[in-house]
Amino acid sequence: MVYLTRVEHFNAAHKLYNPGWSRERNEEVFGKCANENWHGHNYELYVTIKGEPDPDTGFLFDANRLSGIIREHVIEKLDHKNLNIEVDFLQGKMCSTENLVVGIWQQLAPHIPSRVWLHGIKLYETPRIFVEYFGE
Amino acid sequence: MEEANKKVAVFRREHFNAAHRIFNPAWDDVKNEEVFGKCANPHYHGHNYELVVKVTGVPDPETGYVMDMKVLSRITKEEVLERFDHRNLNLDTVYFKELNPTAEHIAMVIYGLLRAKIDPALELQVRLYETERNYVEYPA
Repeated sequence: MVYLTRVEHFNAAHKLYNPGWSRERNEEVFGKCANENWHGHNYELYVTIKGEPDPDTGFLFDANRLSGIIREHVIEKLDHKNLNIEVDFLQGKMCSTENLVVGIWQQLAPHIPSRVWLHGIKLYETPRIFVEYFGE
Repeated sequence: MEEANKKVAVFRREHFNAAHRIFNPAWDDVKNEEVFGKCANPHYHGHNYELVVKVTGVPDPETGYVMDMKVLSRITKEEVLERFDHRNLNLDTVYFKELNPTAEHIAMVIYGLLRAKIDPALELQVRLYETERNYVEYPA
């Protein structure tokens, strides 16, 4: 079994704000992340697939095609967007990095070719904060 | 001592996360989209900005410091991070009501804020990373 990781990035605005709570409660829980006018990040996305290399090509999967799948189904929807307002798969959800990584998994999973498996997704919100999701 | 008049540059790195939008209010949406592409998105996008502040001067003979880094850090936090971190640069700051918040302009504004608080005998330059791959320096 070999693991292949493709790194992509996107820049987006968001805020952490629970509309069911008062502004005071949001500021108490989320601090400056609750700023009603948004803030933003450079997100770094690591998508790892696994499987056996194809005997004819030596590839697990063409990394350029993997990039194309990630760009079409994830980056196009997220890059230079407002995550709270403009992203269909985050509607009604809190825009935490945790929820974002699960949403990205759900976007990608149906488009991963049958002879490889989606293994894990790592998402950096800042160089010092990241989350991982393995579909569990 | 020969070192007495030698200049040394010291650097302090800080970071802030902010939302912004690049657009020219004098242009219509089509023209803004044409020139600024997805950066003109009316709903904003954002970045992790990395700021590197460079101060150059002759080390003080008594302390050995060009500038106390604790003081440089405090000034940068008070003047820049408290104004820009987790803010919308277009909406939440006074600096970009008329000025487009490009990395170039943000660096120039930051320079002005810091310049007013740092000894005029010391040279100052700011480098601002908008992404890992795009950065600007002011003064050039």
